[in-house]
Amino acid sequence: MTIGLDHYLVVSALLFCLGLLGVVIRRNLIVMYMGLELMLNAANLALVAFSHFNADLHGQVLVFFIITVAAAEVAVGLALIVAIYRKRQTTDVTDLTHLKL
Amino acid sequence: MADTLFYIFAALTLLCGLLVVFNPFSRNPVTSAMFLVLTIISMSGLFVLLQAYFLAAVQILVYAGAVIVLFLFVIMLMNPKEAEYRRYRKIATGIGTLAVIGLGFIIAGTVRGATPLTGKTIAGETADLGKLLFTEHLLPFEIISVLLLVAMVGCILLSKREKEAHK
Repeated sequence: MTIGLDHYLVVSALLFCLGLLGVVIRRNLIVMYMGLELMLNAANLALVAFSHFNADLHGQVLVFFIITVAAAEVAVGLALIVAIYRKRQTTDVTDLTHLKL
Repeated sequence: MADTLFYIFAALTLLCGLLVVFNPFSRNPVTSAMFLVLTIISMSGLFVLLQAYFLAAVQILVYAGAVIVLFLFVIMLMNPKEAEYRRYRKIATGIGTLAVIGLGFIIAGTVRGATPLTGKTIAGETADLGKLLFTEHLLPFEIISVLLLVAMVGCILLSKREKEAHK
């Protein structure tokens, strides 16, 4: 049995669910960010698989852009986390409730 | 051969991804970051199997080389020892896990119900990718570079000290 598109898509779906699980159940901002990275990577894997099995290189160009945007997003997000930590001395989301009335 | 490699890399990716999120031995963010590196590397193995050689290299360079280092820097700026030693709230965790499992079933059902592609496949040669990038996708490419500049300026502004910002 050869490996087809659906095998890669199943791996991608499982990885996406793992990342989402990380964002939902972990309470540390940094680990939640790692969950976001996992989700982005799952999308990348699906795009590369589609690109390979459709004989269309545009998917890979899109993955290239996604990787770049993800890098920019991580830099800005981590700067925000550092700013929050300086102000509140915590990275736990259960402590970040100062928008609450 | 390629089939065996696929199963090895897929299992490694999923196992390390699980350990990023849910490590039974440690809740230290550094451990999560290290397993994220392993996830990225095994995923670039999957990219090589899909003949996307350039993206496999970029994946390792950008993620394992830059993003993870950034994560580790930020973790070390804070104090990792007292990070997260409280218990999870059970109801919230249960509902979240159920929702994610449901989503997984929906996606898996969609994938299994689809008709598989039987067309020809393609190799992602770096030269072809570069040609495409600099002809058809030139405008997005330039916009991305501006985005990186904006991100850089934003990072510097965000991580400046408070007192300097008020002057």
